[in-house]
Amino acid sequence: MEQKRTDLLRGTLDLLVLKALSLEPLHGVGISRRITQVTKGAFQVSFGSLFPALHRMEESGWVEAEWRSSDNNRRAKYYRLTSAGRAQLKAEERQWNQVVKIMAAAVQST
Amino acid sequence: MPKRILSLFRNLFRKGAIEQELDEELRSSLEALMQEKMKQGLSQSVARREALIELGGIEQVKERVRAVHAGRFVEDLARDIRHSLRQLRRNPGFTAVAALTLALGIGGTTAIFSVVNGVLLKPLPYSQPGRLVEVGLDLPGINQFNWPLSPAEYFAFREQSRTFQDIGLYYTGFGGNLYSANVTGLGRPEHVPALGVTDGVLPILEVTPLFGRLFTRADDQPGSSDVVMITYGYWRSKFGGDRSVIGKTIDIDSKPSTIIGVLPQRFRFLDMTNLGILLPLRPRTQRGYNYFAVARLKPGVTPAEANADVARMIPIQLERFPEAAKFFKEARIVPNLQPLKQYVIGDVGKVLWILMGGIGLVLLIACANVANLLSVRVEGRQQELAIRAALGGSRGRIAGGLLIESLVLALIGGALGLLFAYGSLRVLIALAPSDLPRLSDIGIDRLVLLFTLGVTMVAGLLFGSMLPLRYAGVRAGTGLRETGRSVSASRERHRARSALVVIQVGLALVLLVSSGLMIRTFQALIQVQPGFTAPAEVETFHVHFPPEMIKNPERLVRMDQAILDNIEAIPGVSSADFSGAVPMDAGAESDPVLVKDHMLQGQLPPARRCFWVSPSFFRTMGISIVAGRDLTWNDILNKRPVALVSENLAREYWRNPSDALGKQIGGSPKDWRQIVGVVGNVHDDGISQKAPATVYWPITDADVFLGSPAFAIRSGRAGTQSLMNGVQRAVWSVDRDLPLYQVHTLDYYYSKSMARTSFTLAMLALAGGMALLLGIVGLYGVIAYSVSQRTHEIGIRMALGAQKRDVLKLVVSGGMSSTMIGVGVGVAGAVALTRFLSSLLYGVKPTDPLTFAVVSFVLTGIALLACYIPARRATKADPIVALRYE
Repeated sequence: MEQKRTDLLRGTLDLLVLKALSLEPLHGVGISRRITQVTKGAFQVSFGSLFPALHRMEESGWVEAEWRSSDNNRRAKYYRLTSAGRAQLKAEERQWNQVVKIMAAAVQST
Repeated sequence: MPKRILSLFRNLFRKGAIEQELDEELRSSLEALMQEKMKQGLSQSVARREALIELGGIEQVKERVRAVHAGRFVEDLARDIRHSLRQLRRNPGFTAVAALTLALGIGGTTAIFSVVNGVLLKPLPYSQPGRLVEVGLDLPGINQFNWPLSPAEYFAFREQSRTFQDIGLYYTGFGGNLYSANVTGLGRPEHVPALGVTDGVLPILEVTPLFGRLFTRADDQPGSSDVVMITYGYWRSKFGGDRSVIGKTIDIDSKPSTIIGVLPQRFRFLDMTNLGILLPLRPRTQRGYNYFAVARLKPGVTPAEANADVARMIPIQLERFPEAAKFFKEARIVPNLQPLKQYVIGDVGKVLWILMGGIGLVLLIACANVANLLSVRVEGRQQELAIRAALGGSRGRIAGGLLIESLVLALIGGALGLLFAYGSLRVLIALAPSDLPRLSDIGIDRLVLLFTLGVTMVAGLLFGSMLPLRYAGVRAGTGLRETGRSVSASRERHRARSALVVIQVGLALVLLVSSGLMIRTFQALIQVQPGFTAPAEVETFHVHFPPEMIKNPERLVRMDQAILDNIEAIPGVSSADFSGAVPMDAGAESDPVLVKDHMLQGQLPPARRCFWVSPSFFRTMGISIVAGRDLTWNDILNKRPVALVSENLAREYWRNPSDALGKQIGGSPKDWRQIVGVVGNVHDDGISQKAPATVYWPITDADVFLGSPAFAIRSGRAGTQSLMNGVQRAVWSVDRDLPLYQVHTLDYYYSKSMARTSFTLAMLALAGGMALLLGIVGLYGVIAYSVSQRTHEIGIRMALGAQKRDVLKLVVSGGMSSTMIGVGVGVAGAVALTRFLSSLLYGVKPTDPLTFAVVSFVLTGIALLACYIPARRATKADPIVALRYE
């Protein structure tokens, strides 16, 4: 049971990260802030989960990293979606919408 | 694509880079967070603390990121290995050929490396062996090097050295006359190899007795009671490991001696393997350069400092022995200190490194072969690879998978190679020349295993990395499209394979030229007349008389004569003699020889090779008498002052050999002898060395040689046990306590002088043969494969009217152009490399045109055959079938 929950959470985190990167490349802190922003403060992603997730997604070829200067002229590692990442985002969105529909129907049915 | 492979290699080998990048990423994140907090008005220190809290501990984050990478890596690796094993099992033929090819290369390399390791690399089996030195002298004034010491130097160095912790003197005898003693009173009389040592030698080597005690300084005093130490092997074989042996008495050269200690099993003195007894060294006089010396340097002293220290002490000697002052001045004595290991190894290093290089080339050829095999097979798997790429397998992953497959294959080859090395090492040791030191140190130890693993991995990476670069880049579309119907082999791939053929042919040529040069050397050597005839028909052996008997030379001569008479009575013996040494057995000495009508004032006479011989020495050895007469028993028994000289010595002084007759020569100004005969030159230093100018004295002139004469017998039955049985009876009927030793035919010494050449020749020829075989198999494989790929094209050509001859020419010329480039590359490589061989060559230049031409010609011929066979098969193809084949 425990295992399933983390899988679900990890899936959620991946989706949120991919979504956050779909507009523009961001660095780690930027991604965290963007997620907080789009979930209106409901999700506070810990960096202890975010960085491993980013490295895993990089290995899977969903995101690419690049060192760039940030706004205040400091070097930071920026992550950008790859085409595989975009496909993954679409797939996960579709999957998530299905889950939501099914869950909603299931909850309302009683 | 290269970027991908780079990232794979980075993952595999450059973990540090990943770490560094992660570190930087977290630091920049921390800074970004701090910036944010400071904008909200927090002080720098508070902002930093809050940022660290939010980040949640940099180390913990790192640890979790690392787990992602490591988990991924291990998972992928396991999957790739499983996949590789499945692939290899599916193609047993390919796997067997590739693994055996590698096993040959890796096994050969491992075997030679174990020899290099055992002989050259392993430290000597003493504690802190780096501080041990062999102390010798060089006498450039009289052109003598690596001289032993006299007791006088030993005492001086022992008392006055500032750099030696201690120095010890030891005595082993020289060349064919190794120190040994008759042991009686333990059953059959036996002749036992012996070593004389002063009290310091064993403690310098930090040897402790198994039980009993070592020698003390008191044991070294002349006149103290006779004591002996025995080696572990001698103790086991003669006393069955009986511990009560201490205090027992054995007769050594008829002197009762008390056993005081047994040496441990692992004790070995330098390179002496069959040592039986150790005796205290009691030099009777101060002079006589007959002893070797070993010293342990004080901690931190360099050999150069020790050398300078000895140089300081040599002039002190001069003051102590004014009568020898002239000799010292002339000889210009300088110290010659060598690290003990180097002294033991001698100059064999060069041969071994050459062989190591040779076998390394074979391994390279084997790798090129396997790379070719693999490339053909991976080409056949393009469909699989294209599917994997289409299904999202990153190119890096596919390349990594192929690399893992190569490594797995290499490991299988390496494991087989190790077995092969175990087997071949035995043969190698059996074949090794007898002057190869430290034979018993050769074996497969941890360093060799590590080396094999390293070579295996490097080989795997070498042929594996050629593949991913070319095949991982298969684009999803092209790979899938092309599989069904293949176009003629793509030019690029064909070129890559041809490049491998060029390398193989080139390397094989280098090895074949090297072995060719060794063959020419060997040919040149056996052309040289050694100076004696039919050495296989001369049997030689030594007899050792106890020192007391030497005090009565007349009796000794009578005994020797009696032995000779008995031997000559044996059926089939045509002549027999006794002498101080046998030609080429390294037993003869060089001493200064004065020539009366060529005396040079204030100059030492040059040292000449000296033999002490009995009459019929020349007849038995087959040495021709150029002028004058042979030695007679009349000369010997009446002690007539006569001598014989070699032809080159006679020519040096008197131009004409017959002019030397009647001239006076001598070992000292008080002792002149008349030259009665001139005999042919003998290559006493080995067939590849110049024959030394030699003087032959009557054997009665030298007590030492009279005491342990070498007998020689010319007989068609030489080398047989039945002859030696008869000889044994002949000797024992004169004295039952005389053991025979060093029983060898003259041919043994003759072959031994060429042993290093024949060993190098055999090993290089073996490597060359392997290289030729592998190179040709590789060439044949490439041509055969390209023919099979071009069946379609050839079919079209033939359908359009091409003749068989045209097709034959097309295919053969393809293979031959790579071969010719390979030969060109090989010739250039050989010209550059064979000069390393030059010190091993005799009578042939490293760039011998004949060898180069013959090898190139033969190699080209064999390559032509390797191309012709598949080409002929191509012409037999029926155009219709060839076209339908697809």
